[in-house]
Amino acid sequence: MSEHILLPEGSIEKQTTTLNLGPTHPATHGVFQNILELDGERIMQATSTVGYIHRAFEKIAERRPLYQITPLTDRLNYCSSPINNMGWHLTCEKLLGVTTPKRVDYLRVIIMELARISDHLICNSIVGVDSGAYSGFLYVMQFRELIYEIYEEVCGSRLTTNIGRIGGFERNFTNAAFEKLEKFLDEKSGYPAQLKEFENLFSRNRIFMDRTIGCGPISGERAMNYGFTGPNLRAAGIDYDVRVHSPYSSYQDFDFTIPVGTTGDCYDRFLVRNEEMWQSLSILKQAYQKVQEFKGAEADIFHADVPAYYLPEKKDVYTKMEALIYHFKIVMGETAMPVGEVYNSVEGANGELGYYLISDGGRTPYRLHFRRPCFIYYQAYPELIKGGMLSDAVITMSSLNLIAGELDA
Amino acid sequence: MMLLSIDLGLVIEKLVLIVVVISASLVIAMYTTFAERKVAAILQDRRGPNRAGPFGLLQPLADGLKLFFKEEIIPNLSSKFLFILGPALAMMTAMMTSAVIPWGDKIELFGRSISLQIADINIGVLYVFGVVSLGVYGIMIGSWASNNKFSLLGGLRAASQIISYELAMGISMIALLMVTGTLSLKEMVLQQQAGNWNVIYQPLGFLIFLICAFAECNRTPFDLPEAENELIGGYHTEYSSMKLGFFLFAEYINMFISSVIMATLFFGGYDMPFVNETLLSPNMAALIGIVALMGKVICFIFLFMWVRWTIPRFRYDQLMHLGWRILIPLALFNMLLTGGVILYFHK
Repeated sequence: MSEHILLPEGSIEKQTTTLNLGPTHPATHGVFQNILELDGERIMQATSTVGYIHRAFEKIAERRPLYQITPLTDRLNYCSSPINNMGWHLTCEKLLGVTTPKRVDYLRVIIMELARISDHLICNSIVGVDSGAYSGFLYVMQFRELIYEIYEEVCGSRLTTNIGRIGGFERNFTNAAFEKLEKFLDEKSGYPAQLKEFENLFSRNRIFMDRTIGCGPISGERAMNYGFTGPNLRAAGIDYDVRVHSPYSSYQDFDFTIPVGTTGDCYDRFLVRNEEMWQSLSILKQAYQKVQEFKGAEADIFHADVPAYYLPEKKDVYTKMEALIYHFKIVMGETAMPVGEVYNSVEGANGELGYYLISDGGRTPYRLHFRRPCFIYYQAYPELIKGGMLSDAVITMSSLNLIAGELDA
Repeated sequence: MMLLSIDLGLVIEKLVLIVVVISASLVIAMYTTFAERKVAAILQDRRGPNRAGPFGLLQPLADGLKLFFKEEIIPNLSSKFLFILGPALAMMTAMMTSAVIPWGDKIELFGRSISLQIADINIGVLYVFGVVSLGVYGIMIGSWASNNKFSLLGGLRAASQIISYELAMGISMIALLMVTGTLSLKEMVLQQQAGNWNVIYQPLGFLIFLICAFAECNRTPFDLPEAENELIGGYHTEYSSMKLGFFLFAEYINMFISSVIMATLFFGGYDMPFVNETLLSPNMAALIGIVALMGKVICFIFLFMWVRWTIPRFRYDQLMHLGWRILIPLALFNMLLTGGVILYFHK
């Protein structure tokens, strides 16, 4: 049969090999395609393709009322969907001019920081897996399970959470949720101990250092030019963090530092993410303490008063005219929005996650754009891997934390 | 006429021994896969296989059965003969090494004194090296015949890796041979009786040998040929059913055999320290010998697994760097040192 195969013109003389890294490859963790020109194992040229799981979320969002867009945001960076949800709610609140009570802010911070930890732990342990050390992944995975259990207590679902509502949460945090949070934060048996063990396994491991130092580096200037944000930018030495530069959800009440790297290589990205997990743990502790300080009636506040967007309680719907009207209007998506144009961004787990929302006063957005950090990182990916080895490309991809769902939206 | 002059008893004895050794190494390799999964589970806070049989002990059988029943897929554009030859060669060379290993001392059965070694050839060490080097042909041929770029990359990595590490391994062996003065594995074991192990005289040599053994077995941190995150499955990407099984199995047999070789060369083979075998009946002594050897082998196999589930793998160029710029000079230095010391004491 092989005699029927015709080789393309000039392919015999060609000194390089074309290799498709993806769209179905175990290392791409999603559907990306990279067409590599390899000289031996060295990458001479790389072309990346986007769009394999493009689902037209921005277009779909134009036909949906605000509350129905939240599930779409779940499916962007699905490793930390609560941050996406919160970011979306904050955007809506900005458009509607809603101010949330402090307790709601702190509860949101708890959920967002948990999501950040769950995202970073996946990213860093996957860097370990891609460099060949599998065990660290399963160590931290146990604690992602615990994080998911906390989500479950709060909203009932795990991966695509659809957590919270415009103005706050759908229900108050139960005691079980706080108990699980305490279990998670426990110094001895909780996540801090496990993270320490994980760091011991990798941070000073000679082979791991050799593999990651100088692998896929980017300078601060270059990263800025591309529009890098989040841990990837901070690893390149620029201390930009949305939580500090334009605080949202009362982040100004918390005391934390922004870790920065110097070289922007895989090792720096790994260390920055690890340190961010420690910072997140510290924020979690502070937020939990602040939430505990609310007593009596204050402890029952879990949403702002936005009757036009926040579903009324069921018993009110059956007894009160107002509530019935709001219930009907919200569920049917009949609430008209104020005219306006807002951009709101949150510090997503892998960068600045922005929502650009234009409303023409209708019931659905006129235009909604997601600023997806992965999409920006992926533009730089060919540059980062050029000249490296095939193995470097794989590690670089996982350490940039490229998530196909977010990349393609 | 030649045939008639051979002692028929010897033929039967050797045939039985061959069958026993081959089936034993197959069973051990099978249970090494099980042990690997259990060790990985313990290291990763999991339970591991525990459904098939008590404690999951029938898991390897279930795995084997599954592999046999799987559909066999041969890529259309592959070279079919070579595609089948690859795993066959890998398996064959893996099995052949066990021929020269002394499994224990002599035993007395049916009035005969039977040596627990299939062939005590005087170039045992060279034979082992020769056969082990052939093993890479299975991988190379299989990967080339797959007509897949990932396989080919895996095959290339395997070839260059094994060639590079064989050099360091060979040089570290030379130093050992200078100490022992023999190439026969049986002789070496006899020299090491009563705790007089070669590792005491050749600690550096052993270390180099150990690292090279990891590389020869394609085990982490040298599992580049099949790095599943980069090359999908490396050289066995296109293989399915029992042909894949053969490749994986050959790896485990290789691991077992390397452990045996390391135990034999550096840790006294079937010598059990602190036990005076001469006081026991020969059969009892042989039994203790086998147990001692297996004990050492299990320790080595555990080490292989422990390392695999702990550390990451090297990059291709780092692997070459370690092989050529560190291990080979170190092995040469060890050889010089050994030679110097021997010369000094002989004068």
